[in-house]
Amino acid sequence: MLYATGLTKNFGDFTAVDGIDFAVERGESFGFLGPNGAGKSSTMKMVGCVSPASGGELRVFGQDPATHGPQIRARLGVVPQKDTLDEELTVQENLWIYGRYFGLSRSEVHSRTTELLEFAQLTDRARSKVEPLSGGMKRRLTIARSLISRPEILLLDEPTTGLDPQARHVLWDRLFRLKRSGVTLVLTTHYMDEAEQLCDRLVVMDHGKIVAEGSPRSLITEYSTREVLELRFDTDDHAHHGDAIAGIGERIEVLPDRLLVYTEDGDAAAAAVHQRGIQPLSSLVRRSTLEDVFLHLTGRTLVD
Amino acid sequence: MSASLSTPTPPPTSRSTPQPPLPTPAPWRPVFGSWLTAYKRTWRGSIFGRFVSPLLFLLSIGLGLGSLVNKSTGGVDGVPYLQFVVPGIVAAQSMWVAMGESAYPVMGAIRWNKTYHAMLATPVGIDDILLGHLSYVAMQITGATAIFIGVAALFGSFGSWWVLLCLPITVLTGMAFAVPVFAFSATQEGPDSFNILFRFIMTPLFLFSGIFFPVSQLPAVIRPIAWIMPLWHGVEADRSLALGSPDVAGVLGHTAYLLVVIAVGGWLARHTFTKRLVV
Repeated sequence: MLYATGLTKNFGDFTAVDGIDFAVERGESFGFLGPNGAGKSSTMKMVGCVSPASGGELRVFGQDPATHGPQIRARLGVVPQKDTLDEELTVQENLWIYGRYFGLSRSEVHSRTTELLEFAQLTDRARSKVEPLSGGMKRRLTIARSLISRPEILLLDEPTTGLDPQARHVLWDRLFRLKRSGVTLVLTTHYMDEAEQLCDRLVVMDHGKIVAEGSPRSLITEYSTREVLELRFDTDDHAHHGDAIAGIGERIEVLPDRLLVYTEDGDAAAAAVHQRGIQPLSSLVRRSTLEDVFLHLTGRTLVD
Repeated sequence: MSASLSTPTPPPTSRSTPQPPLPTPAPWRPVFGSWLTAYKRTWRGSIFGRFVSPLLFLLSIGLGLGSLVNKSTGGVDGVPYLQFVVPGIVAAQSMWVAMGESAYPVMGAIRWNKTYHAMLATPVGIDDILLGHLSYVAMQITGATAIFIGVAALFGSFGSWWVLLCLPITVLTGMAFAVPVFAFSATQEGPDSFNILFRFIMTPLFLFSGIFFPVSQLPAVIRPIAWIMPLWHGVEADRSLALGSPDVAGVLGHTAYLLVVIAVGGWLARHTFTKRLVV
């Protein structure tokens, strides 16, 4: 479906995407995980055939975006990072005009609109203007709009950034249904929970490069331990406490506000800390997440 | 695919085999259609304004000022002032309408509403965006001009049925502004320079393009500026037709000039739109 080697994007002297390789199979749910500025959106725009690649090879449906942009875009659904809805128009008008861009007949667009509003849980808002809708509703409308051409690949650039937790869960539920119906999802996110929820496979991006690739579970197994012990101290600099607990667990990461002890057995590590007579303000044992993978690979957290 | 226990409700995109690429005939037409859809929300107020603006000009300049001019000099070159001035104002109005439709809406579609970005995610391309949006602007100019000519005709502003040819000429005059302004607006980050455009280019053009008095009254050094700008060509062609004894070669020459401005503007607009939207 999607294939890239050495894909590069330069803006003047700045290299946003620095020679990345990836491939996505039909029906797969594939993610780009990374912090802001990692090159995720630039990659998505190249795949979406709205931004020409500066170098490397990119094929979507086996075709080259440079020569077959309109043909490829006819088979893609795009959910951009910022909603591009027409706020002055009604919910259904937004779907109608968008469907027409794909050359669909009026009657076809109208019947698909009815289905999609149902899917996006917006049927009762069909005739209201977009402007007063909540962020979550607008996002669902954008997704419904992207589906009007029945795309084979759905590109989602940070689908839930800026939404409250409840709205995110509603959206994830909708995306999960799409995935189960066989739509290929390609998404970017800087939320590790979103990546874990939605992605079969993902690449971790940092500074325009891919630093790791695999399923969420395999990445955690490969780059992190099973459990993490989080320790907080009453201090200005957690680095001072690093030496005191050295030797406990497999690896220690020092963050500004806490210490992370990577270990197969969090409770045992907590007991070992206690035995040394160290009194943290709080200690918490949890499972490793993709956040830990990212921290290990780049030395930085995903969301600042 | 996950091995789930329950059968999922198939969402609307459910499909077993990939479909062939959709046919997209003339994708500029849905672009035109989307601007039209937006216009349907505001057309009443807009049409009302289209009727009021000619009335104001006809009453103040055409009849009010006109009666003074006719009394003191017997019109301009023997033509009653109303018949002299109205064809020029028809051309000027198309410039104002073109400006109104091409400055803020284009910059806003790029900066504020991302309208063009949404279109570009579909099979629609830069040329379709330009063609569709400019067709909509041409429709607005056509409507405004037709209303203006119709209202002005009731006041006896025209000497001949030739005035009907003013409609296409006036639309070309408006487009000779709209297309270059499209090119300009696509380079703008905000509305600041539009004020300069309106105040220091459009207003002087309105006053010195031979609408209210012949360009020959201007100092010789300024005349070439009037000749270079599209408005004077539209004014001259319109007046020549409306008075009933058109100078055919002159009208054709002015028309050709307007077409050249539109073509050059189109080339520029393609360039600035691509530079702005395809990055």
